[in-house]
Amino acid sequence: MITTATQERTHYLNAGYGLKSWLLTKDHKRIGLLYLFTITLFFALGGVFATLIRLELLTPPGDLVSSDTYNKLFTMHGIIMIFFFLVPSIPATMGNFFIPMMIGARDMAFPKLNLLSWYLLVVGGLFSIYAMVAGGVDTGWTFYTPFSSSYSNTYVVATAVGIFVAGFSSILTGLNFIVTIHTMRAPGMRWMRMPLFVWSHYATALIMVLGTPVLAITILLVGAERLFHIGIFDPAFGGDPILFQHLFWFYSHPAVYIMILPGFGVISEVVSTFSRSRVFGYGFVAFASLAIAILGFLVWGHHMFVSGQSAYAGLVFSFLSFFVAIPSAVKVFNWTATMYKGSVSYATPMLYAFGFIGLFTVGGLTGLFLAAMGLDIHVHDTYFVVAHFHYIMVGGAVMAYMGALHYWWPKMTGRLYPEGWAKLSALLVFVGFNVTFLPQFVVGYLGMPRRYHVYPDEFQVLHVLSTAGASILAVGYVLPLIYFIWSVRHGPVAGANPWHATGLEWKTPSPPPVHNFEQTPIVRHEAYDYAALFQEESENVR
Amino acid sequence: MSASQVERLDLREQFDTPEQQKEASTLGMWIFLVTEVMFFGGAFAAYIVYRSFYTESFGHASNTLDVRIGAFNTAVLIVSSLTMVLAVHAAQIGARKLIVLFLLLTILFGGVFLGIKAYEWHHKWEQGLVPGPGFHLPGEPMQGQAQLFFSLYFAMTGLHALHMVVGVGILSVLAVQAYMGRFSPAYYSPVDIAGLYWHFVDIIWIFLFPLLYLINRHS
Amino acid sequence: MTDNLYFFMVAVTIFFSFSIFLAILIFAIKYRRRSPDEVPPQFHGPPALELAWTLGPLVIVMIMFAWGAHVYFAVSTPPENALQIYGVGKQWMWKLQHMEGQREINELHIPVGVPVKVTLTSEDVIHSFFVPDFRTKSDVLPGRYTTVWFEATKPGRYHLFCAEYCGTRHSGMTGWIYAMEPHDYQAWLSGGASEGSMAAGGQKLFQDLGCASCHLPDGRGRAPSLVGVFGSAVKLANGSTVKADEAYIRESILQPNTKIAAGFQPIMPTFQGLVTEEGVTQLIEYVRSLGQPQAAAPGAAASTETKAPPAARPQPDAK
Repeated sequence: MITTATQERTHYLNAGYGLKSWLLTKDHKRIGLLYLFTITLFFALGGVFATLIRLELLTPPGDLVSSDTYNKLFTMHGIIMIFFFLVPSIPATMGNFFIPMMIGARDMAFPKLNLLSWYLLVVGGLFSIYAMVAGGVDTGWTFYTPFSSSYSNTYVVATAVGIFVAGFSSILTGLNFIVTIHTMRAPGMRWMRMPLFVWSHYATALIMVLGTPVLAITILLVGAERLFHIGIFDPAFGGDPILFQHLFWFYSHPAVYIMILPGFGVISEVVSTFSRSRVFGYGFVAFASLAIAILGFLVWGHHMFVSGQSAYAGLVFSFLSFFVAIPSAVKVFNWTATMYKGSVSYATPMLYAFGFIGLFTVGGLTGLFLAAMGLDIHVHDTYFVVAHFHYIMVGGAVMAYMGALHYWWPKMTGRLYPEGWAKLSALLVFVGFNVTFLPQFVVGYLGMPRRYHVYPDEFQVLHVLSTAGASILAVGYVLPLIYFIWSVRHGPVAGANPWHATGLEWKTPSPPPVHNFEQTPIVRHEAYDYAALFQEESENVR
Repeated sequence: MSASQVERLDLREQFDTPEQQKEASTLGMWIFLVTEVMFFGGAFAAYIVYRSFYTESFGHASNTLDVRIGAFNTAVLIVSSLTMVLAVHAAQIGARKLIVLFLLLTILFGGVFLGIKAYEWHHKWEQGLVPGPGFHLPGEPMQGQAQLFFSLYFAMTGLHALHMVVGVGILSVLAVQAYMGRFSPAYYSPVDIAGLYWHFVDIIWIFLFPLLYLINRHS
Repeated sequence: MTDNLYFFMVAVTIFFSFSIFLAILIFAIKYRRRSPDEVPPQFHGPPALELAWTLGPLVIVMIMFAWGAHVYFAVSTPPENALQIYGVGKQWMWKLQHMEGQREINELHIPVGVPVKVTLTSEDVIHSFFVPDFRTKSDVLPGRYTTVWFEATKPGRYHLFCAEYCGTRHSGMTGWIYAMEPHDYQAWLSGGASEGSMAAGGQKLFQDLGCASCHLPDGRGRAPSLVGVFGSAVKLANGSTVKADEAYIRESILQPNTKIAAGFQPIMPTFQGLVTEEGVTQLIEYVRSLGQPQAAAPGAAASTETKAPPAARPQPDAK
């Protein structure tokens, strides 16, 4: 790994060598890197599927791949990106690495469980990849019954096992986070002194723990139905396919917040650090995360306005869905206000944060279109929905993930990434993303349904535009892969705190020692106290 | 080896104090039990929805279950919870032999429960009440709905039994550890949190029994 | 109607997105870092501001909610006098049938200026009946009926899509809706080979399946008379009552013993597998043609009346 003459010091990267020291590690930082490596592979795989989808959609007829192949492509794109990239993304990598450091702990509360979580994700991923290699699966990531349970001829059960196992990875990670945040905080690290990254992960962990088990039992019942035809979701035996949708969305709507809440945490850290000012309305931002996590469990029915659910149930779900907008709006306003009278730097993580705030705003507001029942009748299951959730998940979650990688890269590796290239890639991602997904709002409102292999000619112009944007986006994602790998050996050596950030993680050397802190730190200030930080730094110089 | 050294060995490196470690492991088990509630909750929700759709068929199917066996099994489980409490108490006061005894009794009662459950399933198999092509409930006009009841019956009691098997496995390991003197009044949280798990599995049954066996008994 | 709400929401979206972008831009330029170790003054935001940007959006989204709900009920409640069409979705086609008996596959001809109500079910998986130009959509489920309604204002050709993913040729499960001037529509209806009205088809099935041997019109059979049943409140053996709508009649054919009419024995066999979804809709149409609750007496002659134009058959509620 990283070895230079200047770094004689033992840290978590050079404390042990060889495959075994990684595969049997209990160090939360190494486990974070294991996750980073794993989900990067999954992201690349999901990206290949996305590329093929966009290439197919260049022309209206289905001329690149067959219908069955196309259906498998979007199914596997969804499954890989959601269950094996987005759900673990920020929590499993950055959360694992930095939550213990931010609260002044030596490790997670349950290090072995933490390693087990990673193995579960890998095993789940292997099942899913097996299903893909063996012939793929074509149910859509939503697995709607009775198509998935009785009609599809593809590898549904193997994929379901993969998601079931990966679900336990998520559950155990969430459990570990909650217990760690409750019991492992350093002296003086009161709840209202915790960095907002920790708050947002606490909210995320609540959803992981409460929602994922429902997905697990649902998948189990679908698998049983498919294997034994026992009628649980089969209308021929009196089963109700709508019940499946209720159970599925009870997890899968909150799962959206599993993907976006950690991003909120990252943006709070980044905006504060690069504005050098306390996060505006700290308490409101912290509790907004919890409010989103709780409200998120009450709105699943807004996916089912045209599914045959009762109109009055729809009314309640619509009403509650609009309430989720409030804490989200509060966050956006507070981040923007954090820059007010600050000292704003244009470092790469901050550029990603700018992008995140803007794109999440668009994604969130277009979500309101779908929460409005009358409008949802028209746009439901069209490209409008596709565009909306990509604004949240790519424009939001992936932007935040990229921002987080750049922000903490110096801490994780001890090296700085090349700033010029990084700024270029941030720009490419922002432009490419908008060119890809903005046209999809339009084509969706014009009536283009989701999951269409063949489409009418009049939609072609917008699809070509979208594919062109996707090419730019792809370049924007490949660049960081190259320069991050390059920087591990050749990047400028980073100091302990290159950004002058306030979190406890920056009080350790880069890369951090095995047990993070020489002695348990004592916290005396609230989060984001830049005045105290600079005073401390000037005292250390003197 | 002094008492403090024993404590040291049992304190994992990420914790500062034994209290912190105990708090973490107890909280961890409680949160795990919350996930279990949500897991079974999904199945309970499905059962309640279908039961309200198909009250008559579910009632008819429910009446084929033997309440006496179910009630006896409930009693067995409650007694096993009592012996589990006694095992935890024995660990608290450091009575090594008593821990082993009560853990073995708990395992025994758990085994009795599983045996009776297996007998019940076997009986249903002989009656042709296992969902599948051969399913037939005599006198029931809506075979599909009755089969739905048994699908959920086997799914829910099966998952519960699986949890019992895991519990018996955990208690067996603890019994061996207790016999080897692994626990002391200063360190007995494994027994404590295994007890939480065992009680939880009992409570799931306390809900399953009326839902599956009793709910239509009057008709 | 949908479009007005849409444009309102687009305006809100553009306004807020633009304001946020602008604020970021202004702050980023105005408060840019001027020296590497600059420390700006630290301050706490006023709570009044937090309250303002909590309550402000709340008011806006509540407007959206009310407006959205209003549009929803308008879009999902068909008018009483709507022209009735039956449709069945199956992998991967739409089968549609007019009351007069014309069948169409992946095409539907309708008159302009008349509300049209399509009652839908599926033979296999979930589909979704989506006509973007009419701003309406409904999932089509196996085992139950859903409806969509719309009224074309201009003659022309409109896309019909399946919007719920349904397998291999999901994107091929598309068709056209042809809106025609009423007289063209009448001409279209009378042209082409019709197999007789849906109700006539239903009557034939009623005989062929042997329903007629128990459901005697005078009520003296082993099963209740179906004359005047449609739309009425049926007393059940367990004491409750149920409205005899499409779903109830469908259930009574396929799962006859779920809801037994009061005074009768549960002796009817199930017709699950013996009759297609289209057959069921024909039977429903036949039962409907046997008269409404008030006009029960001359039911036996009903089959001749079914040639009347559909708009002339209002469906008053049982009340």
